[in-house]
Amino acid sequence: MPELKRTPLYDLHVALGAKMVPFAGYEMPVQYGMGVMKEHLWTREHAGLFDVSHMGQVRIIPKSGDISDAARAFETLVPVSILGLKEGRQRYAMFTNAHGGILDDLMVANRSDHLLAVVNAACKEDDIAHMTAGLAGCSVESQADRALLALQGPQAETALARLVPGGADMRFMDVADFDWQGAELWISRSGYTGEDGYEISLPNTKSVEFAEALLAMDEVEAIGLGARDSLRLEAGLCLYGSDIDSETTPVEAALEWAIQKARRRGGDREGGFPGADVIFEQLENGAPRRRVGLLPEGRAPMRAGTELYAGETHVGTVTSGAYGPSLEAPMSMGYVTTEYAETGTKLEGEVRGKRLPVTVADLPFRPSNYKR
Amino acid sequence: MKYTEDHEWLRAEGDIVVVGITEHAAEQLGDVVFVELPDAETQVAKGDDIVVIESVKAASDIVAPLDGEIVAVNADLADNPGLVNEDPTGNAWFFKIKVDDLGQLDGYMTEDEYQEMIS
Repeated sequence: MPELKRTPLYDLHVALGAKMVPFAGYEMPVQYGMGVMKEHLWTREHAGLFDVSHMGQVRIIPKSGDISDAARAFETLVPVSILGLKEGRQRYAMFTNAHGGILDDLMVANRSDHLLAVVNAACKEDDIAHMTAGLAGCSVESQADRALLALQGPQAETALARLVPGGADMRFMDVADFDWQGAELWISRSGYTGEDGYEISLPNTKSVEFAEALLAMDEVEAIGLGARDSLRLEAGLCLYGSDIDSETTPVEAALEWAIQKARRRGGDREGGFPGADVIFEQLENGAPRRRVGLLPEGRAPMRAGTELYAGETHVGTVTSGAYGPSLEAPMSMGYVTTEYAETGTKLEGEVRGKRLPVTVADLPFRPSNYKR
Repeated sequence: MKYTEDHEWLRAEGDIVVVGITEHAAEQLGDVVFVELPDAETQVAKGDDIVVIESVKAASDIVAPLDGEIVAVNADLADNPGLVNEDPTGNAWFFKIKVDDLGQLDGYMTEDEYQEMIS
């Protein structure tokens, strides 16, 4: 097994009493002293600080100097409108393969003279190779010298504004640069918890100092990957490798909202991305299966791998499942045959040999709290 | 009090043995969110999986530490699984098992031996 990598905040996590676990090739904090449940609730009520430096930050710089050249090239890899992404804005996207499957999901920002992509840790080497090969006329530069922190929760704005006053003026999915003690911060008002908050890219060399400045505030606690997972699941957000992968299409995954009109059939820049035929066909006629929310009755969580039945018919599988600390109930998401995907459909999940009732539910499980 | 390698504690009250999990086990599990108990009046054999505990991290089983009959289960745990983290060696007992032969307890660890195992 290759040696696990560490983020620049490793020593800080250990000093804070984190339990460190292997995740996507990194030693990452799964929880701190509060434990997963309290960390989750803290983030929903106050502000949680997450180290997400394991994720890949990649700049795509057009050799022509014209951002529209980079955007045009990027559109050959994603079914998303990148030319329509305004300066200072970010949006959700996915790399697709020839079968319409998802190679990775990511955030893309228009940073005036280049694009910034933030990709999943486990996929970043493949993504960089994919972009390097696929983005003609662009230089693809991994930002290994930068850390990434997420500050999430209703008090994130108050906390960040003490260090970066301009952060309060941003709205959901804005991106902007700020200076903090001589360090260049690239901040987006976004995250993966369903809460208002920020993702802050900054030089590795300043990352510990910045994190400590936030953690010194009463509103802010360090939060591990355990709570990150239950927060994103309550928010109905996909975990790559569990809920979406190269075998699931954006339509099956109920992510067609991320495919703007301009890239759809009849749009100004129709198709031209891998798997367009499959995805168009599914956009028009529906996909054979669909990602849905699932609410088990009772308290037993239905975890990933739980098989779903309608009577004796096998109709799907759970891809993520856990107890929702804010929902105060178990929750899952998974794929079901489309005819069983309607909200309110009663199914059964097989847990330890027993069939237990579960109902198809809308996602997210609780309303998001973004500052639009 | 006796202890098993599976981090159960066993407290004999006459010919009935009360069973729960240790503080160390509760800490390792993390926040407990679901407990599934056996039915009372069930005959169990040592080693049978009879309790499921789900924490925020994963599901784990608890085995019957002794041959005997389950004579009571702690219904409070179904409604309040968090009790396992709050009071693992007190109010969060799992089940009471009536045994024919208390000699079965002899093979298990003492408090000191258990502390040594987890240290």
